[in-house]
Amino acid sequence: MKSALKWAALGLAAVLPLSVQAHKAWILPSQTVLSKAGWITVDAAVSNDLFYFNHVPLRVEGLVITGPDGAAVEAQNSHTGKYRTSFDVDLSKDGTYRIATVNSGLFANWIDDKGERKRWRGSAEAYSKEVPTNAKELKVTQSSGRIETFVTLGKPNDTALKPTGKGLELVPVTHPNDLFAGEAATFALQIDGKPAADLEVEIVPGGSRYRDRQDEIKVKTDAQGRFSVTWPQAGMYWLEASLSDTHASLPQASERRASYVATFEVLPQ
Amino acid sequence: MRALLALCLCGLLSLPATAAQIDLTVEIPSLDVSEYHRPYVAIWIERPDNSVAANLAAWYQQKDTNEGAGTKWLADLRQWWRRSGREQSFPIDGVTGATRPVGQHKISFSSGKAPLGDLPAGSYRLVVEAAREVGGRELLTIPFEWPPQSSQHLSAQGKHELGALALDLVP
Repeated sequence: MKSALKWAALGLAAVLPLSVQAHKAWILPSQTVLSKAGWITVDAAVSNDLFYFNHVPLRVEGLVITGPDGAAVEAQNSHTGKYRTSFDVDLSKDGTYRIATVNSGLFANWIDDKGERKRWRGSAEAYSKEVPTNAKELKVTQSSGRIETFVTLGKPNDTALKPTGKGLELVPVTHPNDLFAGEAATFALQIDGKPAADLEVEIVPGGSRYRDRQDEIKVKTDAQGRFSVTWPQAGMYWLEASLSDTHASLPQASERRASYVATFEVLPQ
Repeated sequence: MRALLALCLCGLLSLPATAAQIDLTVEIPSLDVSEYHRPYVAIWIERPDNSVAANLAAWYQQKDTNEGAGTKWLADLRQWWRRSGREQSFPIDGVTGATRPVGQHKISFSSGKAPLGDLPAGSYRLVVEAAREVGGRELLTIPFEWPPQSSQHLSAQGKHELGALALDLVP
């Protein structure tokens, strides 16, 4: 039971808005700009500090790696240890790869016949079989989460960056593997394919263990869901945005929660 | 007829005299380090908006090794990689070549000939970027106007990965 709870917590970490819990989930590639076909290795973890392995590994059951031609790429040598999940990716084709964990599902809670509060988490398909739809105080929340990063071999392209139209997603205006210190980058956020307007975006530089403050950059999306950030210095950056509203796309749910996390590498000039 | 031919030949022969020339001297400094590898070097000409007008040279280890030499570390020339390198397929004829040893390296380029080609009149920057395995990286730029109205000697001085850089423009 304890172990089941722990796994549930890990799953929650991957899908819940981060305001709910203090830890940061991320996927960190060994490098983001490559000039020769070959391997990269990737770490995935949930931690307090960026980017150190000090809490729990990130579950990667929902791992989706999209290659430069849009085709799926398999992760190799995947291993989950106490603090991190690691896997390798063979970059054999020129262009941009998107490495993401994508989770979606329903959360339900209700009061059963004995007056006890029940909690349930699962897929939309399992919902009708496992949740008593006439239960007292039944509340259902649709949740989706995406945690991702980008890596480019050779010339960057946009095929893998096309939004899926599901959940909270980043649509690059500036290519995510073309980021340099002192330069501005522009991205747009979409929720279920529509502009995510007026949403707060938090950007935190890595290396947080060696400074006193988070040094987070907070920006808001405009009516088109767009925002810009000027990178203060080179390094890895963690970007997070989340929303919670009543526009669930599944009829069972009354509320929608979506979260988005990305790791970016910003190069020195 | 013969006179006409002679006239034509004469015209042809006089052409190189009008072709402007760029003479570069790139110094790779001697460094007192425990592990030394020759630097990868890229030399190019860029427009004021950073777009690349001409790739002049890219020196990198030509032989692939199981330690990962060859094109694997070209991205460490990160400005060149971003501005031009990632658009190329390797080798680039007349541009790419082997790494160079410590010392001064003189290279010349003539207008109308690859890799300089016909550079339209305007403002440009010469850029030299060097990156060394288990070492540092350095980038030097020299702004210049093209075509040169008179002979000019321009220079820049590197601090760690590059030594003296000289750009001589010959009209």
